[in-house]
Amino acid sequence: MTVQSNETSIQTSATPLGRDDLARLVAKDIAPGSFVNLGIGQPTLVSNYLTEDQDITLHTENGMLGMGPAAEGDQIDGDLINAGKIPVTELPGSAYFHHADSFAMMRGGHLDICVLGAFQVSATGDLANWHTGAPGAIPAVGGAMDLATGAKDVFVMMTLLTREGASKIVDACTYPLTGVGCVTRVYTDKAVFLTGPEGVTVRETFGCTLEELQELVPVPLKTVVK
Amino acid sequence: MLNFVDSVQEAVAGIRDGSTVMIGGFGNAGQPFELIDALLECGAKDLTVVNNNAGQGDQGLALLIKEGRVKKMICSFPRQSDSWHFDTKYKAGEIELELVPQGNLAERIRAAGAGIGGFFTPTGYGTMLAEGKETRIIDGRGQVFETPIHADVALIKALKADGKGNLVYRKTARNFGPIMAAAAKQTIVQVSEIVPTGALDPENVVTPGIYVNTVVRVAASDPRIAGTSEKVA
Repeated sequence: MTVQSNETSIQTSATPLGRDDLARLVAKDIAPGSFVNLGIGQPTLVSNYLTEDQDITLHTENGMLGMGPAAEGDQIDGDLINAGKIPVTELPGSAYFHHADSFAMMRGGHLDICVLGAFQVSATGDLANWHTGAPGAIPAVGGAMDLATGAKDVFVMMTLLTREGASKIVDACTYPLTGVGCVTRVYTDKAVFLTGPEGVTVRETFGCTLEELQELVPVPLKTVVK
Repeated sequence: MLNFVDSVQEAVAGIRDGSTVMIGGFGNAGQPFELIDALLECGAKDLTVVNNNAGQGDQGLALLIKEGRVKKMICSFPRQSDSWHFDTKYKAGEIELELVPQGNLAERIRAAGAGIGGFFTPTGYGTMLAEGKETRIIDGRGQVFETPIHADVALIKALKADGKGNLVYRKTARNFGPIMAAAAKQTIVQVSEIVPTGALDPENVVTPGIYVNTVVRVAASDPRIAGTSEKVA
């Protein structure tokens, strides 16, 4: 990663970030000692880059704190799975609890961060990540709305553009909402965005300038005032 | 009144057509497969089933749905890669779906067991799952009124029961068990082991026996639950 010396530039990488580089960046941004829930899919990659020094405790919605890495071979135990129903392991100091307690700790604001995937994020941090709303699609929400509403900080990880080249950061979500004004940061291959009531601020860009980024994103972008 | 019975068939014999049945489990962990198989065998129909999912593969709840015994599912995540039986029934308009965010599902079940008439929660506010529901702004946050989910019967799986019906669970197989046990009029539990009264440390009892009506022992050798049989002891 190259950091340009020019103070007016917020480009911190000469190329867009791949999925693993992005996961590494999210992991680095998680404060030591945090309680974190990683969503299914791309966010799960973040766990590969958390360091022991960070002392992060992972929560899984099906009733566990202190979740360890995926189970392999003899470790596989059908009674010990994560929210994605993948067999996992327990770390020393882990705890089990029932579903109402698991979501109470989520809804009650005890989790510091959750990291989720998204279809769209609006300029004010509305999240759409559970349902395309397509006719005939079977809706399934799981814990997405509870996570979006409950965690102190909601980080989204996604590619900035759809396969068709449309920005997933939008003025207003066209997909059904998961939560209103809940997203605080969006990590994409091209930039990191901070979202909130004041709109969208760009923290850093990867492989593009702010001007090039603005051409892709249909909402006004600000930069952090130094 | 607490009963210990010898077979899963006997355990589910009282379940009537039209019942609301809570079924524990998240994915396969904690799913009381043998009790569900017995429910299928006993022929009860027009059931409303409360579970996190809507059946996976060709077993358990999925078969109950396939056989047309379930008129309505209340769940958070029906769509999975192997939920083909639900998918077919849903697309054919042969099963009703009440989709509930998972934390609201858990809290509505908990509320029923705790005698709560309803609660306001921020989860789902401003989304299509709150449409038609009462809302309020509380402490500056939009919140949605949710009502309890009661059941006639709960079918759950625990690791051990003692002679008083006190239960302990195993790892993430605990999930919905404790709250469903409290929310149903009749709670039927399959356990891997029945231990003498006094053998469970009272400090570690998860579900007190007051919530339990029927206990049946089912040996933990089900190959569908990888790893359970040798690690139970």
